[in-house]
Amino acid sequence: MNDIISIVSENWMLLLVGQYPHGPMGGLVLTLILSVVGLALAFPVSVLLALARISPFPWIRLPATTIVYMVRGVPLIMFIFWVYFFLPLLTGRTVSGTVTMLITLVIYQAAYLSESIRAGIEGLPRGQVEASRALGMSYLGTMSRIVLPQALYNMLPAMVSQFISTIKETSLGYVISVNELTFSANQINAALLTKPFPVFMILAAIYFVLCFTLSQLARRLEARIAGKRAGRQKAHPVPMPTVAHVVTK
Amino acid sequence: MATMPASLLFQDEYAHQILAGIVQMFQLTICAWLAAMALGVLLAMLRMTHKRPLVALVVAYVEYHRNIPMLVQIFIWFFGIPTLLPQTVQVWINQQHSEFIFAVVAIALCSAAYISEDLRSGIRAIPSSQMEASRALGLTYLQAFRKVVLPQALRLALPPLVSNTVLLFKNTSLAMTIGVAELTYVTREIESQTFRTTDIYVVATVIYLSISLMIMAAGAGLQKRYRIQGR
Repeated sequence: MNDIISIVSENWMLLLVGQYPHGPMGGLVLTLILSVVGLALAFPVSVLLALARISPFPWIRLPATTIVYMVRGVPLIMFIFWVYFFLPLLTGRTVSGTVTMLITLVIYQAAYLSESIRAGIEGLPRGQVEASRALGMSYLGTMSRIVLPQALYNMLPAMVSQFISTIKETSLGYVISVNELTFSANQINAALLTKPFPVFMILAAIYFVLCFTLSQLARRLEARIAGKRAGRQKAHPVPMPTVAHVVTK
Repeated sequence: MATMPASLLFQDEYAHQILAGIVQMFQLTICAWLAAMALGVLLAMLRMTHKRPLVALVVAYVEYHRNIPMLVQIFIWFFGIPTLLPQTVQVWINQQHSEFIFAVVAIALCSAAYISEDLRSGIRAIPSSQMEASRALGLTYLQAFRKVVLPQALRLALPPLVSNTVLLFKNTSLAMTIGVAELTYVTREIESQTFRTTDIYVVATVIYLSISLMIMAAGAGLQKRYRIQGR
């Protein structure tokens, strides 16, 4: 216990912001920046992917389906290395580890998130689309003003869970030396040499507090949304998209 | 892109390395999966007992493992846990290939948390009258659980179980960070020896992708095969 207190009091700056202000931003702050920016950029991509996945045109549907299956079938580490090696080749300039990680996260999260959004869209009753089409709205109008607002609202808890996965996945930035939280902890461990257990327990505790708080938020949102939907269900039975929905398709 | 990936595969030395990596990857996957399934079932059963301390224990276990990155858990097991053991045990561990064992332990314990949650949602979907009826017919708690509740719950839990199996398989690649010579580790090695980055990454990616797709297809097949008539 004394170890933990002394390690935290001596290294809290490194864990929080990395080398900043004497170097690039790192530590917990970089982990959070990567997760927030990563998910924010992944979100519009995932909506497009989800719409492409349910598109009636095969030439739109097939590429989107391929991307989703590629991402679901290949480890994140592999993706990181792909981006790490091939992004500089494509752009012709050196790319920092942080940008590499960010781009990888955007692709990876967009594919997973698009599956949740698709389940949300398919969980809505057909009547919503049919009614708005019958009222003369275009396909895009129906999607953007009727289907997506409802589907996305129902998918809020899933999005918070996705945010939690993103936070956890940023830890893999360690393999390409992105100086996020896990990397900082490894630096401390390398400097101290003899105290790996307390160092990694501190690291685990930081992730736990962050992710557990968010998962409780997701649980509350879920209960609230389920409550609202149950109210609606009395008049019109709506099938809830379940976990099974997301993964079978 | 000048050379075909296959040309690299046929060079003896690298073919052996890749093959060894694949074998190690399968060993990790199978060992971790078996352990995770066993522990997952146990956790789900403990959770079902509705005894306060047991349920609290399972909840704490699941939350701990779901809210901490698997990479960090692997570090805790590989770097942290051995330092807590007595000196003689530490020396003995260092002589073994401990990285493989610790990788299996970390991956299995973490995946067990997810698997137990899959099973629990499956079990919760079975009406409690099933259990009551089996008990009334004279089955013991364990018999009723094993013969009546579990077979139905497993069917319902199959889709999330399959996707968590794929995740477990993909997560074995994390073992490279502590030096287990599985496929990703071997890929990095060959890449740094030959600089034929595209070739070796294409080969590794195709291997990962095809095995993941096979697991997904097998899952879909199982679901079809064990579907209960009339549902």
